[in-house]
Amino acid sequence: MIQFLAKRLAIYVPMLALMSIVSFGIIEAPPGDYLDDYVALLKASGEYDEGDAQRLERRYGLDSPFYVRYWKWVSGVVRWDLGDSLEFRRPVNELVNDRLAMTVVLGVFTVVFTWTMAIPIGIISAVKQYSFIDYAFTFLSYLGVGTPNFLLALVLMWTAFSVFGVSITGLFSDEYIDAPWSLGKIWDMFTHMWVPMLILGTDGTARLTRILRANLLDELGKPYVETARSKGLSEWRLILKYPVRIALNPFVSTAGWTLPTLFSGSLIVAQVMSLPTVGPLLLKALQSQDMYMAGSIVLILTALTLVGTLLSDIVLGFMDPRIRMGA
Amino acid sequence: MASASVPVERADGAQSAYAASQWKLVWWRFRRHKLAMAGLAVVIALYVVSLFPEFLAIADPHERNAKKLYLSPTPVQILDGWLPMPFVYGLKSERNPETLALEFEPDTSKKYRIQWITRGYEYKLFGFFTTDWHLMGLDTEDDLAAFHILGTDRMGRDLWSRLMLATRISMSVGLLGVIISLFLGILLGGLSGYYSGAVDVTIQRMIEFLRSIPTIPLWIALAAAVPRDWSVVKVYFAITVLISFIGWTTLAREVRGRFLVLREDDFVIAARIYGSGAMRTIFRHMVPNFISHIIATTTLAVPTMIIAETSLSFLGLGLRQPVISWGVLLFEAQNIRAVSSAPWLLVPGAFVLLSVLAFNFMGDGLRDAADPYSIHG
Repeated sequence: MIQFLAKRLAIYVPMLALMSIVSFGIIEAPPGDYLDDYVALLKASGEYDEGDAQRLERRYGLDSPFYVRYWKWVSGVVRWDLGDSLEFRRPVNELVNDRLAMTVVLGVFTVVFTWTMAIPIGIISAVKQYSFIDYAFTFLSYLGVGTPNFLLALVLMWTAFSVFGVSITGLFSDEYIDAPWSLGKIWDMFTHMWVPMLILGTDGTARLTRILRANLLDELGKPYVETARSKGLSEWRLILKYPVRIALNPFVSTAGWTLPTLFSGSLIVAQVMSLPTVGPLLLKALQSQDMYMAGSIVLILTALTLVGTLLSDIVLGFMDPRIRMGA
Repeated sequence: MASASVPVERADGAQSAYAASQWKLVWWRFRRHKLAMAGLAVVIALYVVSLFPEFLAIADPHERNAKKLYLSPTPVQILDGWLPMPFVYGLKSERNPETLALEFEPDTSKKYRIQWITRGYEYKLFGFFTTDWHLMGLDTEDDLAAFHILGTDRMGRDLWSRLMLATRISMSVGLLGVIISLFLGILLGGLSGYYSGAVDVTIQRMIEFLRSIPTIPLWIALAAAVPRDWSVVKVYFAITVLISFIGWTTLAREVRGRFLVLREDDFVIAARIYGSGAMRTIFRHMVPNFISHIIATTTLAVPTMIIAETSLSFLGLGLRQPVISWGVLLFEAQNIRAVSSAPWLLVPGAFVLLSVLAFNFMGDGLRDAADPYSIHG
């Protein structure tokens, strides 16, 4: 197991390093110097002096060659010092911390939701193949895969607004937005969370249902199922105990990919529904060319994704000895 | 698959299956898939629209009309008495005494017959021939004669006409994007599968890397780096190339998988022993063997491209005015209050959904039909 994990880490760490270079490329991409903009901004607000310039030079190394600048930035990220936001004139990590937590919470809940929906639906669809239920779910899953997330969000928001007169944006009621954390606030979050969860989970649920159904159908025709049945095992117990367990295997191995898609998808939905996740912050940063913030967020999201993938590797390693043994 | 062909029993002439070409077999099997046929029909229809969008448009899609903001879809009367001669009523505008907003009511005293194959605004067909023929229109200059099948937008522009032009852009971005990723996919997937060893490992690591990063944050960052002062055409190509970069990994994997299976096959080894070079072996002997699979996978990749373009433009980071795409149209629907008063702004979304479903059904059908020699299916 340890050897297996070490092998995976040997892939992920260089990946992360590579991605940090790409993110730095994003920071450097727009023409014009970050310091120039910032200095212009400070001068305009009349609080600029030479000390500021020297401090910024020390922090970002703006007149040094690119590898020095890269190193200053990336070592800052590792120490969770993400630089200052040009747009908000505040340290980026203050802006990011809460939103990052919300992103992770939303991501985890969506994965849980996806699995609790997809597994039973996939099993029922396969066992009752070509029944009404199967056709209904097949149709729904095509629709689920076909609808872009943000479109679903728009339609739901529009329906809620025009039919019920409520706006289902955000994750908190007005009175809780700036309130400190309390039980009430957490409960409030849960009552708001299910709508984005539903929207984000649709696509994944649909895909996983298809995979599980196909896998299970392959397994159900195998002789060992027939054997178990002939020995008088009750139908449901038999299905859940053997074929489902095998059919779930590829399920776990693709789970690593659900996280990248989830973080990706949540970005646009979060923008539409104005959720307090990092997505809208990244968009704002990009629109105002606040590149240090944008680059840092891209890197953090990548790191999160890789951690998620590593976790799914670990689960897979526990579930499937062939993988653990490095076959 | 390259081994002995298994004749398939089918209703339309069991014997002819022995003599039919591979493509004929694929077509026969594809035809049985009803949803796939429906998907094919929709895709063809959408591409026909993309060829002649201006002909199908009613009004100049860029023409603003300050008097007709957020006009709801014009109810078209199909029957005039008993005759199937569609017409629309004129409009009369009234100021609402409470809200002071202009409101429109149909004016039943005025009838405007819809003209078929008629003259309208001038445009360039395929960018070359100047013409002013349109499928339908009203034969009047009266400003209160409104013929807006899908209503108008925030600036009083005709949504139907805009939608027709958007179809061209969105469908072509999908097609062009998929062609670029197909090229990358076949080239890199082919190299990876054909040579194996260090080349294979490098390319596979690259694909793994690209698959494990959250793509949307990365490409919105890249899209934001597209300079604002670029010309419309440049932005269009930049966005298309960007979008194609996310799609090629799936294709490359598929191609590599096929190569690995075929590489050891007798006919490939035979070709190599006879001295055929790498390129010839690949393109003359191996590609024809899995081209149908590639086409199926490619079809399934198009919707991803369409959704990608739509999402980017929807966020305001992809295509921008004056280019019209489905995403650009949906950008107008970002404000939920605007949508609740003008729900027809969501119609472009229905087109996105329709095209994505059509491509998915078609791709599924193709995938099932791609290997006509297999018995099950």
